[in-house]
Amino acid sequence: MAKSEKQAYDEFIKGVWRENPVFVQVLGMCPMLAVTNSAINGVAMGMATFFVLMGSSFLVSLLKNLIPKQVRISCFIIIIATFVTVVDYVLLATLPGIHKELGAFIPLIVANCLILGRQEAFASRNTIRMALADALGMAAGFLFALVALGGIREILGEGKLFGISLFGDNFEPWVIMILPPGGFITLGLMLLFFNWLEEKKKKLDAQVAATEGSDL
Amino acid sequence: MTQKDPKLLIQPGPQLRQQMTTPAVMRDVWYALAPTTLAGIWFFGIGALLLLITCIATAVLTEWYFSPEDERRYFLGDGSAILTGLLLGLTLPPALPLWMAVVGSAVAIGVGKTIWGGVGSNLFNPALVGRAFLLATFPIAMTTWTAPGDFFTMPSSIFALPLMTGVVDTVTQASPLGLMKFEYTDTGFVELLFGNTSGSLGETSGLLLILGGLYLWWRRDLDWRIPVGILATAMAFSLALYMMDSGRYPGPIFTALSGGMLLGAIFMATDPVTSPLTPKGIWIFAVGIGFLVVLIRVFGGFPEGMMYAILLMNAATPLIDRYTQPRVFGRGLDTK
Repeated sequence: MAKSEKQAYDEFIKGVWRENPVFVQVLGMCPMLAVTNSAINGVAMGMATFFVLMGSSFLVSLLKNLIPKQVRISCFIIIIATFVTVVDYVLLATLPGIHKELGAFIPLIVANCLILGRQEAFASRNTIRMALADALGMAAGFLFALVALGGIREILGEGKLFGISLFGDNFEPWVIMILPPGGFITLGLMLLFFNWLEEKKKKLDAQVAATEGSDL
Repeated sequence: MTQKDPKLLIQPGPQLRQQMTTPAVMRDVWYALAPTTLAGIWFFGIGALLLLITCIATAVLTEWYFSPEDERRYFLGDGSAILTGLLLGLTLPPALPLWMAVVGSAVAIGVGKTIWGGVGSNLFNPALVGRAFLLATFPIAMTTWTAPGDFFTMPSSIFALPLMTGVVDTVTQASPLGLMKFEYTDTGFVELLFGNTSGSLGETSGLLLILGGLYLWWRRDLDWRIPVGILATAMAFSLALYMMDSGRYPGPIFTALSGGMLLGAIFMATDPVTSPLTPKGIWIFAVGIGFLVVLIRVFGGFPEGMMYAILLMNAATPLIDRYTQPRVFGRGLDTK
C-alpha cells in the first residue's frame, strides 16, 4: 500500500516538474502561446485542460481492456471530445466572458497532443489509480506553465496580475508582451531557463556521484 | 626550452600575419563613429551622453554575465559588446528613458548575440535586434523625437523610474521622415547634411557618417559594395517614384540623407557577420536592402524602414550565400 502510494506520488511529481509537459516535453504549444496574454486566461485554459485530462484518463484507463488496439486512437479522441464538449458548454453557461476570450481554443483542446499523448502512453497501460495520479500531475504542470507564462506577460504587458494593477497609473506597458511575438519570446526564454536548471542539476548530480564514489 | 631571445624562431603556419583582427576592426569602427557620436551629443546635450553610456555599460555587463567564466577575457576583449552598445545608443531617440535603454541593450546582447553563440554566430545584427524589440515594446517612447536644443538641458523623461512612463518636457518635433510621410513637407538639404534636425541620436548628420564610412573604406574594414549598392538602389527607386508624383514622394537626395539610411548602410548592413560573403551575394543583399527601405518608407505604416530592411536581408543572408557559392575549382562542370 505504502509502495503504491509512493509510486502514485512519483507519477504526480513527474508531471509537475521532472517531465513538465510544456517546459520539458514541449507539448501543447498551441494553447500555450495563443491564450496566455493574461494570467486569468491561463487559469481558465489550465482548468479546462485539467478537467478534460482527468476525465479522459480515468475513462480510458477504465475501458482499456475493452478498446480494440486497432481503433484505440479514434476511441481516445471520442472520449476526449466528449469531455471537451462538456467544458465548452459549462464555460459558455457560467463564464461567457472568458469563453469568448478563449474562443476557438476551447474546442481545440481535443487536438492538444498532451492529452492524447497521456492516453496513448500512460492511461491505456496502467491502473486507474496510476492514470489519475499521472493525469493530475500533467494537468497541474500544464496549469503551472500556463499561469507562469500568462502572469509574466500580463505583468509586463499591462502592469497587472489577475486584473489587479501593480504599478499605478504611470506604468509604461510593454506592448510586445501582449502580442504574439511576446508569447514566443517569453516561452523561449522560459524553456532556456528550465534547460539551464536541468543542466545545472545534472552537473551537481555527477559531482555528488563522483564524491560518493571516491568515499567508497 | 623557451629562450628569451630565440636564435631560431620556429612557428607553425600561417607565417604571414595580417593586422586585421577582430579587436582591430572594432577599434576602427569606434574611430569612424566618433565624429557622429560627438555630433549627436553636441546636438542633443548631456542626456544623449548619459543614454550612450547606459547602453554601452549594459551591453558590456550583459556580455560579461552571459559569457563562460574562464573565457570572459576573450568575449569582452574584442570590444564587440562596446560597439553593439554604442550602435544601439546611436539609433535611439535622445529622450528615451534610461531604463528602456537598459532593456534594449540587454536584449541586443542576450537575444541578439549570446543566444546564437557569441560574436560571429549571430544571424541578425545585435544592435538592430535590440532596437526592433524596443520599437515593438515601447512604440510611443521610441517615436518621440526631441528637437536639438541647449547642451545642458536634459529631458526629464530619461530619468523616469523603471517600468514608468517618461514625461517629455523638452520641445518635441516630428522627424524629417515623419514630416515627409504624414505632412508631405520636405526638409532642407543642408540641415540633413549637417544634422541639425530631430531624429535618432546618431543618424542626423549625413556628412559625418559619410566621413566615417570613407575612413572605414580607406582602412579596408568595409565592403564598399554594400553602402554603394544600398544607396544607389534606394535613390534609383525613389527617383522613379519622385518622377511619377513629386508632391507625394520624397526625392532621391532626401531618401539618401534622411533617417537611418546612412547610419544603417555604412555601419549596420556592413557587419561582416550578418552580410553575405561573395561579391555577387553582397550586391543582391545591398540591392534588397535599398529596395525594401523605400518600399517600407513609402508604402508601409512606419515612416522609417531601414531597421526592418536590414533585419529582413540579414535573415536572407544564409540563403544568398548558398545560391552564390562559387564553384570549387575543377569541380561541378561534369554534372551539367
